Amino acid sequence: MPTDLDTVQRDTTAGLDALELEIAPQRSDLGRRFWRAAWPKLLAIALVVLIWELVAVSGWKEDYVLPGPGTVFKDLGDLVTTADFWAGVRLTMTRAITGFSLAVLIGTIVGAAVATFAPLRAAIGSLITGLQTMPSIMWFPLAILLFQLGEKAILFVVVIGAAPSVANGLISGIDYVPRTWLRVGQVLGMSGLKKYRHLILPASLPSFVSGLKQGWAFSWRSLMAGELLVIVPGAISIGVRMQNARDLFESSLVISYIIVVLIIGILIDVLFNATDNALRRRWGLTGS
Amino acid sequence: MSVLTLDSVSKQYGSLLALDRVSLTVAPGEFVCLLGASGCGKSTLLSLVAGLDAVSGGTLDIGGRRVSLMFQEAALFPWLSVRGNIELPLRLDGVGRAERRRRADELLEIVRLRGFGDKRPHELSGGMRQRVALARSLAQESEILLMDEPFGALDAMTRDILHDELERIWREQSLTVLFVTHNVREAVRLGDRVILLSSRPGRVIEDFPVISPRPRRIDSREVADQAAEITDKLRAEVARHAH
Repeated sequence: MPTDLDTVQRDTTAGLDALELEIAPQRSDLGRRFWRAAWPKLLAIALVVLIWELVAVSGWKEDYVLPGPGTVFKDLGDLVTTADFWAGVRLTMTRAITGFSLAVLIGTIVGAAVATFAPLRAAIGSLITGLQTMPSIMWFPLAILLFQLGEKAILFVVVIGAAPSVANGLISGIDYVPRTWLRVGQVLGMSGLKKYRHLILPASLPSFVSGLKQGWAFSWRSLMAGELLVIVPGAISIGVRMQNARDLFESSLVISYIIVVLIIGILIDVLFNATDNALRRRWGLTGS
Repeated sequence: MSVLTLDSVSKQYGSLLALDRVSLTVAPGEFVCLLGASGCGKSTLLSLVAGLDAVSGGTLDIGGRRVSLMFQEAALFPWLSVRGNIELPLRLDGVGRAERRRRADELLEIVRLRGFGDKRPHELSGGMRQRVALARSLAQESEILLMDEPFGALDAMTRDILHDELERIWREQSLTVLFVTHNVREAVRLGDRVILLSSRPGRVIEDFPVISPRPRRIDSREVADQAAEITDKLRAEVARHAH
């Protein structure tokens, strides 16, 4: 309910630019928005399944080599109802989260150091980008020699795959803090730690989040490669299960595990995107 | 007594002489407008007074007073709310939470943005963002307020309103203002004095006391007349450079 004072304030604050405030967000109802976002995806999935089915029934490969979607979905359904499967998922996710967290920690420290100290940047700045382009599977022979066939070997490769992206995200965030904000920092007399705390770190957040997202993608890939190559006795991860399925010639299970890995990847990506979008909305960076 | 004294201040950037022996004295509570074509070193002058840059020659004395500086862009931090932006200088000074909140409420009232404290900067219009920037400057509790074309990006009507607001706040808070603009009418509308600077290098050409009594209107006869007179001088100065 507008009071008198509100009216007074509105009048005194209103220039022509008050028109800029009139952007009322058009919110259609949730169901329709969901449907609008979902139908292209559903259609794409339906198309893929259809093509798969056509290839399967064409008799290009034997049925036990390339089973059709019906068989695979039935096996996948059986699979996800076993406690054993979820133990494998838990193991793999624990590895992923441990490795990713460690990569974030190391990447953040290295990134902040490189962005701050010019000689350090000259020394290892391009090395970080170089590491980022290294296929992570190249690290496994060395990792196995260093740590034998164990959790540490996998962890090593996951961290070295993801940390450079995290570091680079932070570095470019710090490098591209807008000049006008830096000038404001100067005018407000910020320096040293205060400048980091109140200006540099918050300002580099969007770029840091992109780095995290990319780092996650790299660590997930490294982990899957690791689980196929480094079989730790007693640890029945998703990768090991997939290998076992291949050894037993169970194509349907192999494809099921591919689908599981894909779904986990998509779910985590959705999570990162939601964070990214929330940040952008908060900052007013969405181009609506 | 003066708040701000420049005595033959020069500023050299490499081989470029940006300011050439500029002398200027500003009395407490005075509103001084610096006027000139682009490239006359107006912004350089403000940076020097704000202490962001060192003079190359001459002396600059602000008697250890606190100085704040506003730009054409509000340059608010998007990760902070309006209130957070205004409180930032206080946080940097180590002011406690309750006191910060009280001061921010006061400042929001002063710039007439009561009730907008919890908004994000991008939710405000350009003019409102400049009000927030002004409140942030006032939070620095400085005696000297430097303004570098603060209303340059706003439409005429919004600018008009902000002129009134700035004049009111300047008087209520007994500030000393150094206001840079290339808009002659704006200078005459706001200033007690209008200092005309030459271009490349920047020199003081003339110091005009503004005749028209306050309150003024930018479209009043007196403001227009004096603006016309100053514009002639400015035009002659620009022409001198054209060849």
